[in-house]
Amino acid sequence: MAETKKTFPIKGMHCASCVTLLEDSLGNIDGVVKATVNLATEKATVTYDPTKVTDRVLQGAVSNVGYEALIGGKEKHEIDEREEKQKELHDLKIKVVISLFLGGLILWGSFPGLMNTSPKILQNFFVQLLLSTPVQFWAGWGFYRATLLALKHRTANMDTLVAIGTTVAYGYSAFVALLPGAIESIGIEAAPYFDVAAIIIGLILLGRYFEAKAKAGTSEAIKKLIGLQAKTARVIKGGKEIDIPITEVIIGDIIRVRPGEKIPVDGIIVEGESSIDESMVTGESIPVDKAKGAAVIGATINKTGAFLFEAAKVGQETMLAQIIKLVEEAQGSKAPIQRLADLVSSYFVPAVVMLAIATFVAWYVFGPPPAVTFALLNMIAVLIIACPCAMGLATPTAIMVGTGKGAQRGILIKDAKSLETAHKINTIIFDKTGTLTRGQPEVTDIVPVSSIGGDELLILAASIEKGSEHSLAEAIVKAAKTKNLTLSKSEKFQAIPGHGVQGIINGKKIMFGNRRLMDKENISIGSASNEMSAMESEGKTVMMLAVEGKLSGLVAVADVIKESAREGLLALQRMGIKVVMITGDNQKTATAIGNKLGIKRILAEVLPDQKEAEVRKIQAEGNIVAMVGDGINDAPALAAADVALAMGSGTDVAIEAADITLINKDLTSVASAIMLSKETMRTIKQNLFWAFGYNIILIPVAMGVLYPFFGILLNPIFASAAMATSSISVVLNSLLLKRKKMRF
Amino acid sequence: MMLDKIIVSVAGLAAIVFTYWFFLAKKTKEIAVFDSVDIIVEGGYSPSVISIQKGKTTKLNFIRKDSNSCLEEVVLGDFNIRKYLPLNQKITIEVTPQKSGEFKYSCGMNMFHGKIIVK
Repeated sequence: MAETKKTFPIKGMHCASCVTLLEDSLGNIDGVVKATVNLATEKATVTYDPTKVTDRVLQGAVSNVGYEALIGGKEKHEIDEREEKQKELHDLKIKVVISLFLGGLILWGSFPGLMNTSPKILQNFFVQLLLSTPVQFWAGWGFYRATLLALKHRTANMDTLVAIGTTVAYGYSAFVALLPGAIESIGIEAAPYFDVAAIIIGLILLGRYFEAKAKAGTSEAIKKLIGLQAKTARVIKGGKEIDIPITEVIIGDIIRVRPGEKIPVDGIIVEGESSIDESMVTGESIPVDKAKGAAVIGATINKTGAFLFEAAKVGQETMLAQIIKLVEEAQGSKAPIQRLADLVSSYFVPAVVMLAIATFVAWYVFGPPPAVTFALLNMIAVLIIACPCAMGLATPTAIMVGTGKGAQRGILIKDAKSLETAHKINTIIFDKTGTLTRGQPEVTDIVPVSSIGGDELLILAASIEKGSEHSLAEAIVKAAKTKNLTLSKSEKFQAIPGHGVQGIINGKKIMFGNRRLMDKENISIGSASNEMSAMESEGKTVMMLAVEGKLSGLVAVADVIKESAREGLLALQRMGIKVVMITGDNQKTATAIGNKLGIKRILAEVLPDQKEAEVRKIQAEGNIVAMVGDGINDAPALAAADVALAMGSGTDVAIEAADITLINKDLTSVASAIMLSKETMRTIKQNLFWAFGYNIILIPVAMGVLYPFFGILLNPIFASAAMATSSISVVLNSLLLKRKKMRF
Repeated sequence: MMLDKIIVSVAGLAAIVFTYWFFLAKKTKEIAVFDSVDIIVEGGYSPSVISIQKGKTTKLNFIRKDSNSCLEEVVLGDFNIRKYLPLNQKITIEVTPQKSGEFKYSCGMNMFHGKIIVK
């Protein structure tokens, strides 16, 4: 019995007796092996037989004893998240409209030049106090709340700056409104700044509103990927077709898919054939024809035919779930370029508070009269103009958009570090077999050189290779099968890595492999050498078969170059990237393929364990190297490269070792991935330049450094407008990445 | 210099020193965690500095009680984790560190910080 383990949250637990009650109820279900409930985490972990127990049964057992099982919680969680966000945005919108309306009225009644056109009532200080109070303490309550909570932890953030800045403006104005005589007695004109406090709050909230809307766009890609998931599957059970939620599909279920429907999970076609649009997962725009035995990917769309398939991967194991996980992880990672911004932002707010205090003191002590007014307004401007958010958002928003855009085109980036390194690549090493070529070679020539005939030669070669996992072996066995030849039994099979294979067939020692194997065993090649050279110059891999230490014949196998290879390599060369091919094949075969693809540097006859050393050699020449491969043999070389790219769905090992996985098997994606990295890095650099430049230039301006020379001061209202646009511009710049074409 | 200017200068200097001491010279207590820890997200992270064991899976239960949008995401960059924290819900993040050292985590905007010390 295949057991499944599921952990899910339980709502409504409050005491230890709930644990016993729930464990008994879940444990009594037929098919449940073990049920444990944890009060601290409020979660149940159930081990059960998935053929007998479904999520609905588990939910039923939990609700029977008065609790709620949150199974399929992710969807619920997403709905909650969406609703919460929408409510937040709605509330924010109301606050923005009211504060800007009230702030506008106050501004009309108090701004020099404008106030003359306003009704008298708006010029009254008490009315202004009345209008600005709800803005300060209702709309601006969020700033106070965040400040107080942060102060408890002895930390400060953006809200702290806004809260201090507006409180100073409001407090001073309230004092002026209530006790104008006290102000006038020290020789200062009684002029409140309620407009400053109210408009700053309105504009900063407006900035937050737009920022929140724009930020939602940066994580759009992941939402789209999640949205690709089919909701139900038509499973055949007991001869009947029933629609069940995909969370209930188990491995081995036979599922029917009709034309136009989404394939629910990953599996293998067992009946029928169709053309399948896999563009949403692989980025490949042309539908792929699939028949019995072919693998299908969940969330892709069945175009023409109807078919039955057996579920092979469900839940978190499906390709889509893996892609989503990879993208989520990449979006959570940090790029090394972010380090400086991280360091600065941890000191930024306290530093701004200190600068604001210094500004007040400097203007009060050295400034022209009225010193208090100048000191106050400039201090407020410093507090308000500082924008730590732009620094915090500069890198992650670009990484989120970049990795999301990649995923939509079948380019999966492991983390931000890989994305950052990829833009520096100047050399790319391609593994030949399975990467530049299709990796499905076919037998092209069988040349007997002794009394053993062609078919017998193929029988011996196929019989000895039957136990081998080498891709060429598969071609030879397939050729024998096509000719309906009966294979013999081989004994003492042994694979000699990088050389070939050997074994005993019908009591005779058979050796099958390359020139190196023959040299090692001192087997003379003689006149067959010319024929070999001729075939090798055509790019064919020629293997020799020796019976009892004597050469009996040659078997040539050729691999086909992928259609996208030429275009893909040309794109890289146009980008100024050097292309190198590495292969275990002989020099002639490698050169033939290399010439066809316009590759100048070819590393042939490299044994699997030497590939890593070759990568390091090229790195030692001062190059930033990417390695593109697809198999287990490549894993050490992939790990040694600065950036490892795995082609196609590949093997788990290669993907594990890869920094970037190209799931569409299209070689032009290599150039696209590098282009994406370059574009993302450019956006990050622009964002950081803007975020740092903004603060470095405008904070001193707000402090009034330009005043002694040009008489320029920054009105706090303009400061708030600049601050509000600063973080939005960073987010919008990151969103522009979506529109960038990956041209090469 | 007039008396008021002297008072403002001295008070200003004192305020700057206080700001430095209050925000930048604080010492945070390190909490040793064995299996799981509840981290309250409210105006920062509480506890903000935790120590966990290398190679062992530790559950970090983040509970956001603060509606400030700045804190709605938590980012554990060294563990490739960025998680949305719905208000008043427990979100569990499991980490299994493979190397020792200090790993910072922060809110999505990098305003609030915490530290995981792996021993």
